[in-house]
Amino acid sequence: MTIAVKNPTAAPDIRTPSLVFGLVAVAALLAAPFAFYPVFLMNILCFALFACAFNLLIGYVGLLSFGHAAFFGGAAYFTAHAVKEWGWEPLTGILLGVAGAAGIGLVVGFLAIRRQGIYFSMITLALGQMFAFICLQVPFTHGEDGIQGVPRGRMLGIFDLSEPLTMYYVTLAIFLFGFFAIWRIVNSPFGNILKAIRENENRAVSLGYRVDRYKLGAFVMSAALAGLAGGTKAIIFQFATLTDVQWQMSGEVILMTLLGGIGTMVGPVVGAGLVVTLQHYLAASDFPVTVLIGVIFVICVLVFRKGIVGEILALLNRPSKKV
Amino acid sequence: MNTIFGVPAPALYGQVLLGLINGSFYAMLSLGLAVIFGLLRIINFAHGAQYMLGAFVAYLLLFYGGVAYWPALILAPVIVAGVAIVIERTMLRRLYGLDPLYGLLLTFGLALIIEGLFRYWFGTSGKPYAPPAALTGGVNLGFMFLPIYRGWVVVASLAVCIGTWLLIEKTRLGAYLRAATENPVMVQAFGVNVPLLLTLAYGLGAGLAGLAGVLAAPIYQVSPLMGSNLIIVVFAVVVVGGMGSILGAILTGYMLGLLEGLTKVFYPEASNIVIFVIMAVVLLIRPAGLFGREA
Repeated sequence: MTIAVKNPTAAPDIRTPSLVFGLVAVAALLAAPFAFYPVFLMNILCFALFACAFNLLIGYVGLLSFGHAAFFGGAAYFTAHAVKEWGWEPLTGILLGVAGAAGIGLVVGFLAIRRQGIYFSMITLALGQMFAFICLQVPFTHGEDGIQGVPRGRMLGIFDLSEPLTMYYVTLAIFLFGFFAIWRIVNSPFGNILKAIRENENRAVSLGYRVDRYKLGAFVMSAALAGLAGGTKAIIFQFATLTDVQWQMSGEVILMTLLGGIGTMVGPVVGAGLVVTLQHYLAASDFPVTVLIGVIFVICVLVFRKGIVGEILALLNRPSKKV
Repeated sequence: MNTIFGVPAPALYGQVLLGLINGSFYAMLSLGLAVIFGLLRIINFAHGAQYMLGAFVAYLLLFYGGVAYWPALILAPVIVAGVAIVIERTMLRRLYGLDPLYGLLLTFGLALIIEGLFRYWFGTSGKPYAPPAALTGGVNLGFMFLPIYRGWVVVASLAVCIGTWLLIEKTRLGAYLRAATENPVMVQAFGVNVPLLLTLAYGLGAGLAGLAGVLAAPIYQVSPLMGSNLIIVVFAVVVVGGMGSILGAILTGYMLGLLEGLTKVFYPEASNIVIFVIMAVVLLIRPAGLFGREA
């Protein structure tokens, strides 16, 4: 499995620019709601976190999941139900969504890692579709209607989330937490073993690593983080519907990651920003969005497989000619 | 009224027939996927879109060209195969030697484009397509009423599956195809045009999907969305059967169609997910699939 772009080795001289870039990005995100519509930004942040969680699997373990919508949309249902029907506080509701997504991830991952490569993708797709059918039929999701009118409430009894700015900063905090968690996972000894599995699974097995456990661990973490994004989205938009659990959503998150750059930290964020913006502007027009998404898919696969950020990094890291 | 396990017999037979028909389509589609995967090592996500394309070409031929069912049964698969060959020559070809997941992503994008365009042009509502006059009506078999067209679909798909199996197992072209599946470099060294074989295999697989689409047109309505949900079920069928064997793909298709039909009788709520549940069970017991070899 070597779909992922080779991770540019973090040479010492790239650390400082990365830190500066990170600080500037956080400052920009803090200031952003004064320039843009907060709900639009929050939508981007949710999908960016979703794409980063997906990238943890494809970019660092080399597993292409086609069923990530189940974790994203499933968590949205759990959070929405807990907050609306049981009157839970929003953060606890989101945590329930995360736990639920991790639970589904455990089941799906346990089955899917029994096969490799292309079969893994087909199994996750099939199990994701099965979950979507279940969501259509069980009563608590309210079928085609979805769960509507979820109250935003007061987070921890202090922060009034019905204030758009408060909601935005809470979303930003959740996003940064998730992003940092992924960064920590990727740059830990655990993450190094994941990358070893991506590069050469047989070698990792021969070195004595229980590859299946590492894969399953990464799968559950990816599912839980996707659930964090989904649960937060349910609170922001105050509903959970079938759209978020269907395979088209799994396809969208793949596109975001592919477009931004598989196996890069920032790529999925860039990809999510672009795709959400595109959908935002096309929503009003007559143009069929799926066709455009398909065209971007084809162009990405044929022309720039490293994605936008991946291509830029490749340019920056090009070995300089000796003087 | 006689009953079997507490279910009225005609209802049971009816669902078994429906299961056989669904199984016919599963078998034809997973057969095409297996042929393509064997040579190109690519999972053709556009298979559902090509099935839909087959049905739409037949519908458009009738609507604008006045071409009847029988010529369309030949013409539509040929047109779909032609489109597929262009796709293979211009796009898929560039991905050989890369990770097979790129092929999956490319064909996924193509499926979105094809379906999106047809949805844009024709909306989501189904278009009726009448079966040919010779196949309308039905016969009373004594224990059940059999609509002739449905019987024809089962027979035709069986014939297509056996024909494809014979083509691959018993003919010279099939021997080339099988050899190229095992070791493409060696076959090329013997002077066989392997790139042409790959193009033919993709055309053949897509043509089978197109043919399934024409056969399906009079049973299900012709709609842009008819392929996308079906293809996910077919993927599950392929996981159950394993793609190592052509015969395995065919058998698994019919078997799972029948099981799905029976589930509709005894526990209708689960009929949508039964194939996925079987897939999960097979993965637990025999991860390589019923007829598969572990890669």
